Amino acid sequence: MSDHDQHTPVSLRGVSADDPHMQPAARRPGVVEGWIGVLFLVGIILLVLFAVAFVMNLAPWTLGATLGGGAVSLGAGLIAWGKYLMPRGPFVEERHPLANSEADRDAFAAAIVERGGGIIQRRKFLGGLLGTGMGVFGVVSLFPLVRSLGPMPKGTLFHTDWTTGSYLVDITGRRVNVTDLAVGSITTVYPEGFQNTDNGQAVDQTVLIRISNENFTTMKGRETWAPQGYVAYSKLCTHLGCPVGLYEQQLQLLVCPCHQSMFNVANGALPNFGPAPRPLPQLPLMVDSQGYLQSQSDYKEPVGPGFWERS
Amino acid sequence: MSTTSRESSSAGRYGKVGQVLNELDDRLGVAKGGRTFLDKIFPDHWSFMLGEIALYSFMVLMLTGVFLTLYYVPSQTVVTYNGSYLPLFGQKMSEAYASTVNLSFAVRGGLLMRQMHHWAADIFAGAIVVHMARIFFTGAFRKPRELNWTIGTTLLILAIANGFLGYSLPDDLVSGTGIRIMYSIILSVPVVGTYVAFFLFGGNFPGTDILARFFILHVLVIPLIILGLVGAHLFLLVRQKHTQFPGPGRTENNVVGSPMFPVFMAKTTGFLMFVTGVIALLGAFAQINPIWQFGPYFASRISYAVQPDWYMGFLDGALRIFPAWEFTGFGHTIPLEVTIPAVIFPGILFTAIFAWPAIERRYTGDNALHNLLDRPHNRPKRTAAGVAVTMLLTMLFIASSTDVIANYFKISLNTVLWAMRVLVIVIPLLSYPLAYRIAKEMQGVSGIGKRKVTNVVVRTDEGEYVATPAPTYVDDAHHELDPVPVPTFIDGALDEVAGEPDTLETTPGVRRVER
Repeated sequence: MSDHDQHTPVSLRGVSADDPHMQPAARRPGVVEGWIGVLFLVGIILLVLFAVAFVMNLAPWTLGATLGGGAVSLGAGLIAWGKYLMPRGPFVEERHPLANSEADRDAFAAAIVERGGGIIQRRKFLGGLLGTGMGVFGVVSLFPLVRSLGPMPKGTLFHTDWTTGSYLVDITGRRVNVTDLAVGSITTVYPEGFQNTDNGQAVDQTVLIRISNENFTTMKGRETWAPQGYVAYSKLCTHLGCPVGLYEQQLQLLVCPCHQSMFNVANGALPNFGPAPRPLPQLPLMVDSQGYLQSQSDYKEPVGPGFWERS
Repeated sequence: MSTTSRESSSAGRYGKVGQVLNELDDRLGVAKGGRTFLDKIFPDHWSFMLGEIALYSFMVLMLTGVFLTLYYVPSQTVVTYNGSYLPLFGQKMSEAYASTVNLSFAVRGGLLMRQMHHWAADIFAGAIVVHMARIFFTGAFRKPRELNWTIGTTLLILAIANGFLGYSLPDDLVSGTGIRIMYSIILSVPVVGTYVAFFLFGGNFPGTDILARFFILHVLVIPLIILGLVGAHLFLLVRQKHTQFPGPGRTENNVVGSPMFPVFMAKTTGFLMFVTGVIALLGAFAQINPIWQFGPYFASRISYAVQPDWYMGFLDGALRIFPAWEFTGFGHTIPLEVTIPAVIFPGILFTAIFAWPAIERRYTGDNALHNLLDRPHNRPKRTAAGVAVTMLLTMLFIASSTDVIANYFKISLNTVLWAMRVLVIVIPLLSYPLAYRIAKEMQGVSGIGKRKVTNVVVRTDEGEYVATPAPTYVDDAHHELDPVPVPTFIDGALDEVAGEPDTLETTPGVRRVER
């Protein structure tokens, strides 16, 4: 001690080794130390086994079990070390107010208001121009960022690829004949030539259901739309655009698996359950001389979920 | 200056380590701040580790995520799969899906990494929510910590957003349906919705750009923002110091607990290992998102029981039970059945969360600085409000599986739907007064939250019963100790450690921790 008379000891001399603050939390530290040692050992062994499992290219679960088990063991041991064997305290740290003195605050505010504000107030015109310039810069810099991202919507959402005389084809491109479907069966069709396109898959997709052997009328004004019992509806749910892929044959309901909207196929696909607000648009069909199904025209209304521009 | 003449390279009394520290201090001046940092006190309460779970699962996310980027191909080009997973052999699928299946089956450790990544994402969002609940119910968001509350809420939103983006990347049948739904939700926004959707997706759904765009957002842009905000979150935590629960020796002007070094560092490093290990075990034993079972995404295909990851569940539930109230008129359509549950509701929810500290400050007129936490029962209105919102979100979450519930319990879907519509309104309305009442009742109970003092009853030889209080439980006695400043922890070095004379304060040898 006399060697360091010029220094003042920093350490906590008031707290001796037998002070309760310095005691470990464990009542029998030796036992805990043993267990921590076991945990560390298990951890090391498991991590080595991970290396072995990896080199031998064993099943994924062995990799996860050894890596996870090893990490958990090491982690648990280290936590236990900190929790049970290190000085338990409690220790304290003073908290000093973050706020500065009145004078410091005033000086800070003065620098901004008087120095900065004063300069701008002296040149109001320049300041205004600068503000305008910065604003214009901010807006125009968004142009390439935003406008280049995609095309304008224009009429995209109002039309599909179905036109007058489009043949109905399945996913392989084969045309659908009136003899193909038994009553009560369902298939997904696309306009010929679009079955493999993104738009054909996402927008033109249509469910074709045979609900009768005779011409069928789903609604007034659609007398010619379902020749020989073939009705076609857009497969896009009017709620959120999921494919309406489930058909409940007994009840003649199309069900959307996403949010359980149900559409009555025999009755113009009016929704009778769930959150869908509108019926599925119906595609008017006709049959050519060889018995192949065609569309009379495009859908009469936009398919899929609602949007602002839709009237 | 006298410092220029200091011989800094001399070994000093702390050997090599001391020399390195001296060299560092010469250049960066780290000694004083470093010591203060090592002495920083962390409260010992368990609820303070919830944020650590979030932090460490984020670290796991970054490490496993880097691994995944090495093998994942963000491309929607259709390819024919000819990899090792036979059920999909010869099928057409996007390159993204094929690469995800490949990294799961053909890359050594790939499946484990992918499962760990997914589990870590779910745990990340979950830990943030639970951490946030702790902050809310104990009033830790009050002045001066409103800014950190704002940062934390932003982090939750970013975690959810990035979770959704990552969930979408494999381009499997379920995630593709999720993107379709997101597109429709964006479409539902009045006036600008169509434009936003077209610009975001590069055209009508699905377009060809979306996976590449999601990819760069998921692996660079959003993680970068998260990383920056996590840094700010922790900086503010150190700058403002921890809050603490009231207790012996704890005041508004101190922090009581364990020091950064070595106690907290040991515990938290151990906890990092522990969280990582648990995520690895989950990745090993709990299958998550088996995309090879769902199949590749094609816009005209659909799967049954489609559900998002848990953190999107409340939105999906809201979409399911909201009535079909589309507004049509003036030549326009507003799909309110989508806009209200999926845009307006979360908008109001998160605005309310952001604004809560300000709302409460205005309502209570309390503008004081708070470093001591509230016990939830002492703030019955706040607690009740928090419980009500939690119950609302829980009900919406349950509503996201109406079809599964109906199937599992063999009840009509119609019954389940209407039950959820009622419960979503009734349960929060009931839980507010109930939680308020319980909190009020708890206020009247003395010694609540404390261990009951037991009596030892002894029958003497004469048959007399004598009750004496049992000795104080060891841990309780420990909590009653007066906290002391952090010592060096080095018994033998007590006499050797030196410092500046002016750090000496009232107790001889005590080094007061300066800010």
